[in-house]
Formats: sequence, structure tokens, C-alpha cells
Amino acid sequence: MALYSDKVMDHFQHPRNVGKMDDADGIGEVGNARCGDIMRMYIKVDHDTQTITDVKFNTFGCGSAIATSSIATEMIKGKPISEALKLTNKAVVEALDGLPAYKLHCSVLAEEAVKAAIKDYFDKNHIPYGDELAMDCEHCMACDSHHQ
Amino acid sequence: MIYLDNAATTAVSKTALDAMLPCLTEDYGNPSSLYTLGQRAAERLYDARQTFAKYLNAARPEEITFTSGGSEADNQAILSAAALGEKKGKKHVISTKFEHHAVLHTLQKLEKHGFEVTLLDIPPDGVITADEVRTALRPDTCLVTIMFANNEIGTIQPIPEIGKLCREAGVLFHTDAVQAAGHLPIDVQAMDIDMLSLSAHKFHGPKGVGVLYARRGVPLVNVIEGGAQERGKRAGTENTAGICGAAAAFREACENMEQNAAHMRPLRDKLIAELTKIPHSVLNGDPVRRLPGNVNLCFEGIEGESLLLLLDGKGIAASSGSACTSGSLDPSHVLLALGRPHEVAHGSLRLTLSEATTEEEVDYVLSVLPGIVEYLRDMSPVWDELERGIRKHQI
Repeated sequence: MALYSDKVMDHFQHPRNVGKMDDADGIGEVGNARCGDIMRMYIKVDHDTQTITDVKFNTFGCGSAIATSSIATEMIKGKPISEALKLTNKAVVEALDGLPAYKLHCSVLAEEAVKAAIKDYFDKNHIPYGDELAMDCEHCMACDSHHQ
Repeated sequence: MIYLDNAATTAVSKTALDAMLPCLTEDYGNPSSLYTLGQRAAERLYDARQTFAKYLNAARPEEITFTSGGSEADNQAILSAAALGEKKGKKHVISTKFEHHAVLHTLQKLEKHGFEVTLLDIPPDGVITADEVRTALRPDTCLVTIMFANNEIGTIQPIPEIGKLCREAGVLFHTDAVQAAGHLPIDVQAMDIDMLSLSAHKFHGPKGVGVLYARRGVPLVNVIEGGAQERGKRAGTENTAGICGAAAAFREACENMEQNAAHMRPLRDKLIAELTKIPHSVLNGDPVRRLPGNVNLCFEGIEGESLLLLLDGKGIAASSGSACTSGSLDPSHVLLALGRPHEVAHGSLRLTLSEATTEEEVDYVLSVLPGIVEYLRDMSPVWDELERGIRKHQI
């Protein structure tokens, strides 16, 4: 399909880090089956270095949804949480060599899934957090929907 | 490549191509021109019109109007019936929730002009009953428009019964026969059909050609103004090549209809029988009152676009009713009208065969599809929740 870049097709056909984690330190699930995309991300965190040592994902959704989840896991694996928090949907789209305009919302979902997993880790470990987990809707412009 | 999306479009047949080429290379005259070259084109047009009238059993060739396709024919049919109704003070229209958007959007346009539209609900088997139509009829109903066969789930509607009751009630009856023409027998006189739309590219004719049949006595309102073509009802120099290709394709489809259906039905049924063995899958629409080549299923826990992409990777072309493939946030309005929950409708797959589909092709699809469904389910958080009992299985 010329619809998707080679990178997107690669991540769609050979997704990285698919799976579940029984002993995850944080689990984030975003999206809803009504609109057709759901991403669940599991992270393992080294508490001392606050580094994400392992990531797994499960996604119900289209080619873009699967590709963006896959690449997002690659982009945060092995990184400190502080860096993973800076992951934007724009970075995800760029890493995939672009997405069709009407698929941009999938990349937003990937960013949200990462943030949700980290938030879950913070909550479980009583680590305080501030605005860094808020969605940057002003600069995103991927869709019209309101994010939590 | 295994092409299983014939409901979307079909390959142009050699017969159609052979009929088209002379119109492009030799008899390229404008049919309205007086000289020989023009008149040769006019003759071809005349023959094409006769062909459609014959195979639809229309009383007169003048009842056939050529359009740019099924959508235009639907638009013109509905607007014409509405105009007639308005003159008589009747502004109620009956249709169904699973019509094609060419019908639904035109009806929405009528609503903006003060028409009231009743969209009948779809029973779980995808077949409307004549009784439901009868119950919905009002003294101010000016049009009933119901598709001959649904494009997504392939179910065949009781057209002769609906035609009869409309004729008795004195209400105009239009049917969008875009998916049925060339595949199911149509007799507009016997079936009491007042207006009918069809589209050539669904039966191996070229894209860009449609037919609007309108019984004499049903005046048409122009969608396109400007010239005397099509008895002044549809301006524009005629697409002679397309029209001749369409007519040749229609003749061929109608002459071979029974054997084509006999070829497709067992393959269709094999796909349905085998694919519904996949756990938590369901056939959409009645298995018997169904177009000979249509298969439409939902697989719980997965999404349609990713299914299609993986099938494409295996060389199989198909379609789906998921939101991602429709370009909107909602999945297919047909599947929703059938009562499928959103999540289930997203995981739909439509396979539509042609008379060229082979058993080898079907067997290949059967060999790869279950694995693809399993692969997507292994990756799906929805499937995970369904299997763990956190979410209840719907199918």
C-alpha cells in the first residue's frame, strides 16, 4: 500500500516488543474500542536509575496504530523516564517517515500510552509528578478530540 | 494477486473492452452530430439503450437514461420522485438504514427541504420485510427507495413484494440495484419497479457509466442541465465508449448469470463454512438470501484495516467495514444497523468473489486468514480482556 511509508509497513509487519508483562512496573492503556484503537503499554523500570529497562505493547487498531506503538516502544526502551516523558507524537511520526494526515491521531495515542504507563509506575511508587504528564494539545493539532 | 473485492469494482471484461475501443478510435463522433461519423456513434448508443431495456425488461428503450454512474442515477431518481411528490403535496419518503450513501445523503438533502424521511430498521438477518414497508406507508408518502441487494452484507431484499405493495398504494418505488444488476435477475415490469439505478463497473463494465431506468409516466428532473442529450434529462456529450462497454458487459453478465452464480455460490459457502469455524466470528446477514459472491464476517477482538493490510501482504485484496477503512470515526453504518456493537463492527471483513475466482484462490485464503486473525488477536489488548473474562464476548 502506497498509503504508508516503508518504515510504517516495516513496523506493522514486524512489530517490535509485542507482548505482555506479568511483572510490569507500570501499565498504561489508552483509546477505546468504540473509536477503533486501543493501546496497552507495559514498562519495567530500574528504580535506582529511573530507567525503562523493558517495554512491551498490545494494540487493537489499524496499521498506523500498530506501527506507532511499535516504534514508540523502541524509542523509550533503555531510556531514563525523564527522557521518555519528552516523547511527542510528532517525534513518533517523524521516526516513521510520516503518516497520512487522517492517521495522525494514532501517533497521539502512542504518546498517551507511554505517558499512561509512566503515570501508573509513579502512582504505584508514590512518586509525585506535575505537568509533564499532561497532553500538549496546543502544539499537537492531530485531532479534535479532548484528551484527559 | 487474489482479487476478492468485486463489490468495490470489477475488472473490465474483454467483451466490454472490445466494444469500447472502436468508439474511441474509429466511431468517435459526437452522437448529436449530423454527419455520418456522428450518426455511427448515435447508432451504437441506440443499440446500447436497447440492450439495457431488453435485459431489464423495460417496456421502452426511452426509459433508459445513461448517467456517470450509480451515484448520479440514485441522486436523479430520488430528486425526481421528490419533485413529483412535492407537486402533489406529498413529502414523506421511506427507505432503510443500510442504503448506500448516494441514497442516504440525497435523502438528507431532501430533509433540508422539508421532506420527512423514515429509515426502516434492519432485522438481524439483514432482510427487510414487505410488511415493514407497508406499516410505514402514509397518505403523504411519495417514494419508497430500497436497495435490491446490500453492498456490504449482500442480502437480497424482497423487491417484487415491495414493488407490488407500492404499486397498489400508488407510491413510486425506486431500487438501487447497483450490486444486484448483472448478478441477479431483474424484470422491472414484473417486479413493479418504477425507477432503478445500476452501475457498469460492478459487472465488468468500465467505471463512469450508470443507468437510471424510469418507467414512462415518471418524469425526471435534471441533475445536469445544459443540452438535449438523454431526451433533455441529462445534459452532456454521451460517453459512447463507456456506454457501449457497459451494454456489452451487461449483456454478457445477464446471459451467463446462472452459471456465474452456480460457480460462485459453492465457493462463497465454503468460505463462510470454514471461516466461521474461527472462534468468536460471525457471518453478517442471511446465508441464503445473499448475493452469490458475498461473504461478510466479523472477527471479535481485532481491527479491520490491519487485517486488510496483512491480507494485502499475502497478495489478497479485500475490504472491511472498520472505521479506519471508512475514513470516519464510525465503523460501517450497515453493520451498526444490523445491531453489531462498535467493537465488533471494527473487526469486519468483506470478501466478494467474481466468476473468475477459483477454488485454489479460495483455499489459499482459507490457509492464511486464520493465522492472520490469530496473529492480530495475540497482539490485541481487547482479545486479552475477552479471553480473561474481564470483557464479555459479544459474538
